[in-house]
Order: sequence, then structure tokens, then C-alpha cells
Amino acid sequence: MDPRRPPRTVIDPKVRQVGFFAAPEPIASSPPVSDISPSGNSLSPVMIPPPRHSSDAARPVLFSPVPPASPGRRDSLAPSDLFPASSPTASSPCADAECAFSPGRPLRSNSVRPAAAVTMSSSLPGRGFDLTAAVTASSVPATGLMKIPSGFSVKNAGKARNASVEVENEQGSNSKPLKEKTTKAERRAIQEAQRAAKAAAKGEGKAASVVSAAASASVNVKPHKATKAPTVAASEKKGGGGERPVEKERKKEVPPPRMQYDDTSRVEKAKRRSVVKQTEARNRVELFRHLPQYEHGTQLPDLESRFFQLDPVHPAVYKVGLQYLTGDISGGNARCVAMLQAFQEAIKDYSTPPEKNLSRDLTAKMSSYVSFLIECRPLSISMGNAFRFLKSRIAKLPLTLLESEAKASLQSDIEQFITEKIILADKVIVRHAVTKIRDGDVLLTYGSSTAVEMLLLHAHELGKQFRVVVVDSRPKLEGQRLLRRLVGKGISCTYTHINATSYIMHEVTRVFLGASSVLSNGAVYSRVGTASVAMVAHAFRVPVLVCCEAYKFHERVQLDSICSNELGDPDVISKVPGMEEINCLNNQANCGNLQPLNLIYDALPSDYVSMIITDYGMVPPTSVPVIVREYRREQLWM
Amino acid sequence: MPDVHTLVNDFIIKLKKRKIEGSQATAKQTAELLRSVISSQRVPYTNQAGALIDAVKAVGEQLIAANPVELAVGNIVRRVLHIIREEDLSLTTAAMAGLNLSTVSDDEDDVDRDNYPVLSAAVVAAAARSTLRPPSLQTLLEDMPDAAAIPHTSSSGGDSEGKSKSADKSSRSRKLKHDVIEAVNELIQDIGTCHEQIAEQAVEHIHHNEVILTLGSSKTVLEFLFAAKEKKRSFRVFVAEGAPRYQGHLLAKELVARGLQTTLITDSAIFAMISRVNMVIVGAHAVMANGGVIAPVGLNMVALAAQRHAVPFVVLAGSHKLCPLYPHNPEVLLNELRSPSELLDFGEFSDCMDFRSGTGSPLLHVVNPTFDFVPPKLVSLFITDTGGHNPSYMYRLIADYYSADDLVVQRRPATGS
Repeated sequence: MDPRRPPRTVIDPKVRQVGFFAAPEPIASSPPVSDISPSGNSLSPVMIPPPRHSSDAARPVLFSPVPPASPGRRDSLAPSDLFPASSPTASSPCADAECAFSPGRPLRSNSVRPAAAVTMSSSLPGRGFDLTAAVTASSVPATGLMKIPSGFSVKNAGKARNASVEVENEQGSNSKPLKEKTTKAERRAIQEAQRAAKAAAKGEGKAASVVSAAASASVNVKPHKATKAPTVAASEKKGGGGERPVEKERKKEVPPPRMQYDDTSRVEKAKRRSVVKQTEARNRVELFRHLPQYEHGTQLPDLESRFFQLDPVHPAVYKVGLQYLTGDISGGNARCVAMLQAFQEAIKDYSTPPEKNLSRDLTAKMSSYVSFLIECRPLSISMGNAFRFLKSRIAKLPLTLLESEAKASLQSDIEQFITEKIILADKVIVRHAVTKIRDGDVLLTYGSSTAVEMLLLHAHELGKQFRVVVVDSRPKLEGQRLLRRLVGKGISCTYTHINATSYIMHEVTRVFLGASSVLSNGAVYSRVGTASVAMVAHAFRVPVLVCCEAYKFHERVQLDSICSNELGDPDVISKVPGMEEINCLNNQANCGNLQPLNLIYDALPSDYVSMIITDYGMVPPTSVPVIVREYRREQLWM
Repeated sequence: MPDVHTLVNDFIIKLKKRKIEGSQATAKQTAELLRSVISSQRVPYTNQAGALIDAVKAVGEQLIAANPVELAVGNIVRRVLHIIREEDLSLTTAAMAGLNLSTVSDDEDDVDRDNYPVLSAAVVAAAARSTLRPPSLQTLLEDMPDAAAIPHTSSSGGDSEGKSKSADKSSRSRKLKHDVIEAVNELIQDIGTCHEQIAEQAVEHIHHNEVILTLGSSKTVLEFLFAAKEKKRSFRVFVAEGAPRYQGHLLAKELVARGLQTTLITDSAIFAMISRVNMVIVGAHAVMANGGVIAPVGLNMVALAAQRHAVPFVVLAGSHKLCPLYPHNPEVLLNELRSPSELLDFGEFSDCMDFRSGTGSPLLHVVNPTFDFVPPKLVSLFITDTGGHNPSYMYRLIADYYSADDLVVQRRPATGS
């Protein structure tokens, strides 16, 4: 948690509650929620839970001189039941970061390290230099730690294990007396240094992924679309640059550019590596040359036939990939959960090959799985985030762990991600959003969003009297499925198509929309058509509320829907079911100048959005970058 | 007479059943029907024009009632009434001018006597119109709205009058009807050729390498784009398919057949694509007097998106689509709900639909409107067969085609029959 922000006391003016804050009703029985409302934090406009587990577990030990600045928050941290393996997990970053204080440490940063990911915190030392100066005053005993720099390398993990165990022991003995010694100024200096180190580590992680993608000669499994899901794992490659100013590192936080498909050389490269053989669409839309446009339906039979011979891909992942390809699984949450569960399976069946390091090999394997999934269907931003999380978890696996322990820890991490970031997040969103539904409301929704559906059902269960307008559009007509479920539950519904939005908007009092992602300029990246609906609502002065889980937030920015998008099967566009006179005309017209275009997403400008409802509360779109920043920090360091 | 009645009834039934698609076809058929009504109407010696007007009004009222949403019917009825009044006026003025040089005396007596009551009405109408017409300097100087002013005002009217004036003056009793039918024929011709006249202006608006977006299908738009293509302009067109009828597919097919680069998109992708569009060109169902447009459903959304991205929103409309009425709540009052079966398959949703049918209102409603209202502030330009116009100029353009007396056709059932 950001130490600059003092915990608010209850004396603060009540006015603060006005606006984007739900009534802080006691939300019990869900672990992440209990984080949201600790006593000190309840009046903060943006409810950001403090980072949990390993980072916090690490910090009191690592910077043991720091007395707990905000006891109100700290006590809600690190529920050990959620992290069965938390204590060993914490030990490795500790060991590593502790090394930063040792004078001998900088030497190591010059040594050439393998390209693949090592541990997250191993990139710390270079940055930790100025920090050493500050901390030496607090007299961290360098004895015993001196061993690590020489011994600590991923290749001889056994030694490192010994070393870190040693460190652990030492800390246990040292941390207590140190606590009293520091003054306020020193604490401040330490915190500053720590923050700088964090930023640096993050930045390096990014930079390293780019570099390693470019020069991945030795590692054959680097995902060719690694840019889509930037690897977080900090590899040591870039570790050399010791004392670059923090400002420079900030720049590195910019997400790397995505694969542009009009760049022929890179496309060729990617093709050579791909599992799925795709044929390019015959007439592509000129405007979208930068996006992959392949003939749909050609890969499926090929993939199906190779189900039993395709050894590099785990069957569970393979199955999910096929389901993406056929469209059996769609929707941001469903796809993300399916991917994570497939990875869980894959991890369960994984065994480290001899002579290889678990975290490095597993990361590579996962990356190859992801690139397979991307070939089936481009990853959504939420999936990219989830994968990034998984990679950081793998990268931070302590080397001391046995393989089975590591696997169990990863599986439980994934499990926790699913429950906490997706399932519980939805519950929190519903709880917030339902306060915005009043009796007599007419709620409009577009397409089919799981969060909005849960919200409507919950509001109905609470006995609120409202009507739902379901707006739908070709080609997927997802609204019909939503309509069926809502009507089945006894909610009064009106169904119409997207063109009639401005007709129906007169009677609507609120618009609830789902989102595929929320970008850090406040733009909402969502199912195509959402922007149109929101625009009409804005023109009719109807508030637009976007429901989106925070794990879908992304630091990218986007102004239009063209630079980055996904193209669906164009043939779906030219065939209208039930309209034979149109279809027969279009069959032969496929050649030549006619190009059907099937966009999947569009970006809804932030000024059409009245409020974004996330698991951290209800925020205006301008607060998105704040959540992205805080959330990412939490995610990377947990 | 009986065949006219059956004709009228047939047409009314067609209108009621919404068998006639498109305002152009409706307008044309209405004009043809009115022509036969006029030609079969027995003209009395006294007040010929009044008799014709009454007859047309009677029929027109039924037609409008048959499909009040199809504004083209009312427009044509008013146009024909206007034609009758204009022809009558020009005849009267001709009579007044040729009072001394007339050849046949007995006819002249008749006309003189008969036309006096009409003349007074005509003068009133002319006075009313002269407030709308651009005042010529002469009328301003001679501040008399009566007989002396009439020649000037009427000579500034449409070319139909000019032609009628050259006709034989000897048989004036039959002449009015004849002239009116001539003028109606011209009107029918105009309706038929309005596409070409609009399309002629295409080159002035479409340039090389432009990207044009349109929604649904409109013959006017097709001709317009094709005319620009004929003039060796190369541009690309985005066609939104236009739910729920997906006429955009047909338009795209036509465009491709004529060699235009066409991209077919869904309606939902309009907002995404419009940032790369240079111009939105659409057809209209009707243009109201305030410059608002009754358009196929979805166009309001397109217009809003165009406004957001500062893309010109151009509406093509033939003059038969100009409606002299001011809209009030047009989204609801001038709209029509089509069958829900276009949106939902009854077979799939039958169980939901009668979920609670016994106990009050059903749970599921399906709304399928036909038209959208685009407010004048969202329209950048109208292109009619008389050139390009601002939305704020529409009221004035409309005054050229309609006389103020006919704005309300339905209000006079007593005089109608």
C-alpha cells in the first residue's frame, strides 16, 4: 500500500461518502471483501485493498526496521488459509532482496544470465543500490549474507536453497531488535527506496520481455505474440544497467506494442512457429491489415485430426483451444476461467525434465500453450492479465520448493485467482450495483454480460420492481440467450435490436453494460455495439453504468476501435438466417469488391460512461488509471 | 366513376396492408390515382377548381387515413391540390389579362362570371403565398395584394404554369382540368426522375479516396453513389446492413455489381467504423418542415455517431418526400411497429411469450419500430432534386410546393364530400 496515503479516520467529513461510494455495509464471509472494508480504509473514495500475502509477508521481514505504519490495514493481511504455501513463498524474495543490502551484490549484475525468467525480485539488486546507502545506517548485518551473491544463481539451485534458508534463520533472529533503532527519517528513506526499487523491477520486467522476444534464439518456446501478454517475469538480461534514474524506468512501463499483421517479416516468423496452420482470408479489409484475418473453419478439422499426435500441447489446453475456435466458450470470464483451469490441469500433469529448472521450463511451456490459444482465438485482455499473473507466480516460486509443492502452490494460486478475482469480484460488483436499481426503473442492457445478468437476477431476488430492455445485434444475437434466462426467472423484459435503441431509450432510466476490458484512459473495450448504445444513452441523458471486474483493467490506452480489435468470421455477416432472398444473393458475391467485416469489439469513449462498477467500488472512468496502477502493484507483488 | 372508386379502394387496401414499399412508389401511385380521379371528375361550370379540390381532398383524406405514417401520400395529395390552385390562378390571371382580346364571347362571359368567387379565393391564397415567396421589388412597390399583383407572383411560380399559359385559351372550361392533368403528369415524371436529378450532384460531393458510410438500402443513395463512380471517382463504401430487414445486403450487392469497393458491416460496428468515414450519405423516409428527417430505423444512431466524429451527415431526398408538417414527438407518433417475428423466432420463444399470458401483461415485449427521427441539428445537408439545402431552409423549400390552405387535409370532412 502506498505509505503516503494516511489512513483516514472516522472524523473525516461525511461528505466524502457522497458520489461513488456504496453504503459500507458489512460484507462478510468473503476473503477479498474483508480486505476492502477495514476500519481505517472505509471512507477512502477508491477502495483499494492493500497488497496481500507475500509482498507484505516479505516486507516486515525485509524492512524489519519499519514499524507498522497502518496497523488497521496490516491486520487484515495475509490470510494464511488462502496461501497454504505462503511462508516458503515469502522466503525467496526475502533472501534475494536482502542480498541487495550486501556490498558485494552489484558485482553479480554484470554476470551474464540465461534469457528465461528467473525470479521476480532478482532484478532488484541493481536498483537497490541507493537503498543500500540508506539502509546501512540501520545496520543490517552483512554477515552470512555475503555467501549469497556468489552462490545465488538459478543454475545451482541447491546452493541457493541452502543460502536462503540461512537467510531466513538470520532474519528470524535479527528482525526484532532492529525495529526500535530506526528514526522517522530513516523509515521514510527506506520506503522511498523501496518504491523506487519496485518501479524499477516492474520496468525491467517489461523491458526484458521485449528483449528476450527479439533474441529468443536459445529459447524456442518463446510465444511469438508475447507482446500481447507481456511477460512479467524479470529476467536478468537487462540487469546490467545499474543506476539509471527512476524516470527512465517509468518509461518502460508502457506496454509493448502488439503484433502488427501488416508487418510481413514478423508474420512470417510467427507462422513458422505456429501449431495451427491458417490460411489467410482471401479478401481482407484494407483498414484492418494490421489484424490477423484468416479463413475461418479451416483450422478446426486439421486440429481435430491431430488431437492425438500433437504432443507439445496438453490435452486440456488443446480442448479449450478448440472450444475457443468453435465459439463454444465465449465471454470474457468464461474464457478466462476455462484457460486457467486448463492450465491447472497442465500443471498437475507437469513434471520437470531432468537438467531443467522448474520455473523456467514451466514458464516456457505455459507460453507455448498461450501461443497455441492465441492461434485458436486472440487472447482477450482479461486472459492476458490472468496469464501475466500466472507467469509472475511461476517466476516467483521459491527455488527451495519441491516440485510437488511448487505445483500445488501454483494450482492453489490459480484456484484463488478464479475465486477471488472473478467469482467473488462479480459478487461484489453485484452488491454495489444493486444499490443503483430502484423500484420502477427501466434498465437497458446490451448483448449478454455475466456481471449484468447476475446483477439483474440479484435485484429481482431482492424484490425490486423493474423492467429490462435487452438490446441485441447480429451476428451473435447473444441477447436472446440472456432474454430467455431473464424471462425464465420471471423478469419483465423488452427485446429489440440495436437500431431501435434510440426509439426505446425514451423510456429507459439506466443503462448497464458489461465490458471486456477497461483501458487506462477510461475507454471501455467491449462487445461491438456497446459504444453505440452508450452514445445514444448519453444523447438522451441516461446514465451509463459499466460493470467490470478489476482484473480486466489494462494500462493500455485506445482512442478508436480500429487500432486494436479482433476480427470474427466474415461469412457470418453475409448470411442472415431466415432471409433467403438476401443470402442467395450474397453467396456468389463473395469475390471481388465485397468485403464483409465482422468486428468483435469496440472502444467506448470515457465521456459516455457515468460510472464504472468494479470490485473496488464505484469509480468514475477517470479513476481507472489509479486502479490499474494500484491493482497491478498488488498483483505483481502478492 | 365506379372504376375510379374501385381504383381508390384498391389503393387504400394496399396502403392499409402496407403492400407498397418505399415512398417513391407510393408517391407515384398516389399521383397516378389522383390523376384518374381528376380526369373522371365531372367539372361543373361554376367553380371548377373548387369541385376538383373537393374531389381530390375527399380521396386524399381516405388515402392519408389508410396509412398516416406514409407521409408521401399526404405530400402528393397536397401537391396536387396546390397544382389545381396554381392552374386556376394562372387561368384567372390569363383571363384578366386577356379580357379585352378574347376571341369567343360566350365562353368569356361564362368564365368571367364564374371566376369571380374563385378569384377572390385565389387572391387570398396569393396574398398568403406572397408572404412566403421572395418579394420582388415590384410587388413591394405596388403595395396591393389584389389583381394587379397576381401576374407577378404567379409568373414566379413553377414552369407548369408557364406551359399552361401558352395553351389554347378558347376552351377554358375544359382547359383547367386539362392543365391540371398535364401538371400532374409532370409531377409523376418528376417523381420518376428525381433520382437522376439528385445523382447529377454526386460529383460535387464525393471526391477521390473518400470513405462513405450508408445504412440500409435506398435507391436514391445507390444512384447517387453510382453516378459518382461513373464520373471516375474512386471511393469505398461501408454499408451497414440495417437490422431488422438487412436491406444493406442488397445495396452492397448492387454496389459490388457496379464495381464499387464495398465493405459490409453490422449495425453495431457503425460507431467503431465511423471514425474513418469521410461522409455519411443516407436516404430518408420523409423530411419534415423543421428540417428533421423521418428515416429508416437506426439512422439516429448513425447521425449521433457522425456528429461525435464531425462527419458530415448528408440526406438525399426527392421533393416528394418534403412534408409540410412540423413534427411533434415523431419517434412515437410518426412511427410504425413491425412484426416481432423479424427479431425473434416465435418457435423458440413461444414458451416465454405465454409465460404469464393468463394473468395479465406478458413478460416479454418485442419492439420493432420502422422509423427513426433525426433532429435537424444532426443533419449537415439535404440534397434534393433542386440542389443542396440546409435543414433550416426546408420550411422555405416546402412553401414552393404546397399552398398554405392544404396543410390540413383531414380537417374538412364537410367540404371534402
